[in-house]
Amino acid sequence: MIRSEVIKSLLPVFADHHVVCNIGLPSQELHLMGDKPTNFYMLGTMGLSSSIGLGVALAQKEKVISIDGDGSVLTNFGTLPTIANNVADNFILLIIDNGSYGSTGDQPTYAGMKTSLTAVATACGCENVIECQAEEAPATLQKAIDSNKMTVIVCKCESGNIKVPVITMDPVVIRDRFMKSLEARNA
Amino acid sequence: MSIEDKIVADLVKHRIELVTTVPCKQLAGVIEKVDAEPSIYHIPSNKEDEGMGICAGAFMGGKRSAIVMQNTAIGVTINTLVTLTQFYRMPLPMLISYRGELGEPVACQAEMAVHTKALLAQINVPTYHLHKEADVEELDAILAYTFMCNKPVAILTDATFWNGY
Ligand SMILES: [Mg+2]
Repeated sequence: MIRSEVIKSLLPVFADHHVVCNIGLPSQELHLMGDKPTNFYMLGTMGLSSSIGLGVALAQKEKVISIDGDGSVLTNFGTLPTIANNVADNFILLIIDNGSYGSTGDQPTYAGMKTSLTAVATACGCENVIECQAEEAPATLQKAIDSNKMTVIVCKCESGNIKVPVITMDPVVIRDRFMKSLEARNA
Repeated sequence: MSIEDKIVADLVKHRIELVTTVPCKQLAGVIEKVDAEPSIYHIPSNKEDEGMGICAGAFMGGKRSAIVMQNTAIGVTINTLVTLTQFYRMPLPMLISYRGELGEPVACQAEMAVHTKALLAQINVPTYHLHKEADVEELDAILAYTFMCNKPVAILTDATFWNGY
């Protein structure tokens, strides 16, 4: 399975939860397959999906799922100790690890070589770190949601992309509908 | 009231409930007071762009936030300021220690100091320079301005302002 198939399989599990989605193809795929106000699409700033998601989780009560990539976590490694030491039990970091920089042409990442993001997250102090295979992603994410514990999931999948259109929605619209949805849910 | 107490009191007055910090000797006192303030969640960041991501998230979650950082990091935050904070129109007060200004003992700090205002001006970040201790009186209005216009706003605080470090 490639990332777009993983995201597709996760749509019923995302359901009405708030999702912060990584820049590039992951956001474009999520937007194409299941656009909703509860999705926050990153149009810039590679690496900050986990930081944005943690910030949302710390500020309010609703569950937040950050979809990240192996390349993006590598670019913002400092996020893992911050997450480990600022526990938000309404936060799930879902790293879709295809061992490559998918959005830029599938150049290999170190996560697909010697570096294990699961081991790194654990070494950083994250308490519930689960590695799963692509096929197990829906069940693993559902279990993490039900656990009400901050969880880091490293979902291994194959590298490869489908053709998807870019997101043309205005960033302020993306942000505004996401905020209003959170506000309504927290009211 | 100490300068640090006044700064934290203004953050509280403007309902800032999450502050992320990356340390600087000059900011040590204010970081300590932020940490001790019960109405503020203090979350140290490992890098300034990471901190700006956390602030963006907190804002979307309904909490006002701010970042405390050193001017040497301006360069690495340009992309985040432009494509996250500005592109999505989010407010972000940045309390910045302006190293490399008058009173600076470390020569290398002057190298980044000469680029600080130019970089902020290049990306249209409203920038205020607090030089004398009494300039702290402007912080209240600067914070009001930041949340009025939904922009990142830089507050540069130099060694003279802090009375050395
Ligand atoms: Mg990847």
